Amino acid sequence: MRVKGYFTGAWEFVVGDDWRTALGVVLALALTALLAQAALSAWWVMPPAVVGLLALSVRRAARGASGRG
Amino acid sequence: MSGAEIGLALSVFLACAVEAVEALTVVLAVGTTRSWSSAMSGVGAATLALAAIVAALGPALTALPIDALRVLVGGLLLIFGLQWLRKAILRSAGLKAKHDELLAYEQETTAARAAGARHSGFDGYAFTVSFKGVLLEGLEVAFIVLTFGANQHRIPLAAAAAGLAVLAVIAAGAAARAPLAKVPENTLKFAVGVMLSSFGMFWGAEGAGASWPGGDAALLAIIPAVLLAAIAMAWTVRRSLHAAAAEQAGVPAEASDRATVSA
Repeated sequence: MRVKGYFTGAWEFVVGDDWRTALGVVLALALTALLAQAALSAWWVMPPAVVGLLALSVRRAARGASGRG
Repeated sequence: MSGAEIGLALSVFLACAVEAVEALTVVLAVGTTRSWSSAMSGVGAATLALAAIVAALGPALTALPIDALRVLVGGLLLIFGLQWLRKAILRSAGLKAKHDELLAYEQETTAARAAGARHSGFDGYAFTVSFKGVLLEGLEVAFIVLTFGANQHRIPLAAAAAGLAVLAVIAAGAAARAPLAKVPENTLKFAVGVMLSSFGMFWGAEGAGASWPGGDAALLAIIPAVLLAAIAMAWTVRRSLHAAAAEQAGVPAEASDRATVSA
């Protein structure tokens, strides 16, 4: 029970209330690694991914807060 | 000091300053209404606990291979930074309440008075509330100190920046003898969110094997780009809220915008 409590606390602390953004970050980093492994240019993946993830996260939160979602 | 080290020190300083302002409000409230010695004992115990966390986890993180460390730290900073940035955007758009230090101070002092009289010299309530307040606010700072510091193998520099911020806030609090209500907390949180997200993106991609054009100089483009994107998002949310409010009131959105600008 205590281990589960620590895990839940750590999850809440790092991931917070938006797991989709965390998953998106992991996927974007994985795609970057795949491209780099294939000796392709990979730096361009993260900037649009980060802006897109932030925009989606803000949109979800704004819809929730204004009661339109 | 390199540009990345300046970024490290600045990010940690700002993050620590904003969290220290919130912790100061709690300590001031229980110190003035209950017991200064017990409140300061709580501050000391929490500071020791935070220092122990940094001292224990720092060497473990720096022992990781550099690429694994950068992916781990970059990913964590990015997830963490995007949360800060999202909340700051929502606050600046008016969709989330801003932290009001005077209100928080009043609530803490009311709770401290309602908690009952002290039974002896040591006040357990003041100790516990101070300890919890400093520890909870400090954990985020410890996380930032560890991730930023470990990635550049400069944990002492990160810890020094955090210590400097705490001293600055204590000095300001001592001079004002009141909660630091005039500190622009949301602006600071916005800035910290931009820094964490930018450095997280930079290190995460490097750790995953990507090479940024221009190397470290790419940060000079990444940080302003993230800042502009975040400002644009805050503006867009504000504008859509105004438009929705105007629509409900039966006023054309453009007229509402003009009224907002002229106000």
